[in-house]
Amino acid sequence: MSSKLSLITKGFIKDNPTFSLVLGMCPTLATTTSAMNGLEMGLATLFVLVLSNIAISLLAPMVPDKVHIPVYIVVIAAFVTVLQLLMQAYVPAVYSTLGLFIPLIVVNCIVLGRAEAYANSHGVLDSALDGLGIGIGFTLSLTVIGIIREILGSGSVFGWKFIAGDGILAFVMAPGAFLVLGYLMVLFNKYLKKQ
Amino acid sequence: MALCLTLVCLFSSGILAAVYAVTYQPILQASQKALQESIGKVLPEGGTVSEARTASFGGQEYEYYVSESEGEPLAYAVTSSVNGFSGTLKLMVGVLPDGTVCNTAVLECNETPGLGAKCQTDEAFISQFRGFSGRLDVKKDGGDIDGITASTITSRAYTKAVRNAVELVKSFNSSEEE
Repeated sequence: MSSKLSLITKGFIKDNPTFSLVLGMCPTLATTTSAMNGLEMGLATLFVLVLSNIAISLLAPMVPDKVHIPVYIVVIAAFVTVLQLLMQAYVPAVYSTLGLFIPLIVVNCIVLGRAEAYANSHGVLDSALDGLGIGIGFTLSLTVIGIIREILGSGSVFGWKFIAGDGILAFVMAPGAFLVLGYLMVLFNKYLKKQ
Repeated sequence: MALCLTLVCLFSSGILAAVYAVTYQPILQASQKALQESIGKVLPEGGTVSEARTASFGGQEYEYYVSESEGEPLAYAVTSSVNGFSGTLKLMVGVLPDGTVCNTAVLECNETPGLGAKCQTDEAFISQFRGFSGRLDVKKDGGDIDGITASTITSRAYTKAVRNAVELVKSFNSSEEE
């Protein structure tokens, strides 16, 4: 049981996709302008990650080695499109904020990376849990970056404004994303080394 | 090898077709609802709103709706797209027949959050357009619109979208007089 649990929790710290594996930097830098955006992007990736991990762990034994990458990409792209249609239909407001970054999940290295490195050679349940863990780790990282950028940049958290007036504008723009990511990565790796 | 890839592709497209069929109506409804809400927001009360009509003006296509009362146009709701700071900025602009702006609503906006995206929430900026009949340019360009701080490009784009809509409505008037 504890080994199943550690499959999930390893995605939070040890294999944290953002700070430890340093994958999926494009959505990390681009969509974390506010806490809510980061959370939504994380959850969207989580959805694709779990489903693609399940599908690929089922398919893997039947797929010849030569075509495994194209097959995985087709599977991932199918799930991303499903997600895109569902979001457009039921949460159009979220879809319009994240916009381009939803289809870009197809080329997110985390998703293909987990398919290649894990789901490829493990059972369905283990792969699903791995996807869940990595997905939660990604969601947490994006939300934390989003919270920090929103506090410094707009003086609010999850849209709740507690500092009147403008924040430090740079943190809403791209340079702020790099700064916050960099400092968080330093703290994160310092903590990892201590362990 | 080829067989495997073909099967996976066939299966995936089957799933996509199914999800597309299921979500087609909700997607249509969601976008219709957003459109209807924005029309309701920018037009004055009363009058019946027409179906979508299209007009070409200044080399651009516009879709617009007319609110009519007893055969007389009360106001026009024009969808107006311009290039913003990042991507398209699409507005619904309510214009009275004399060219006075009634109200504006944002349909599509990819502006920078915390900066340009404020054009959707900054009351001080948005409220300027209500009942506006002065020169539609930001103050920096000699007009009467106070831009959003640090978002000159977005403010310019927003103002331009409104100006285009007003000019379109004014062109209706002049063509009717002829």
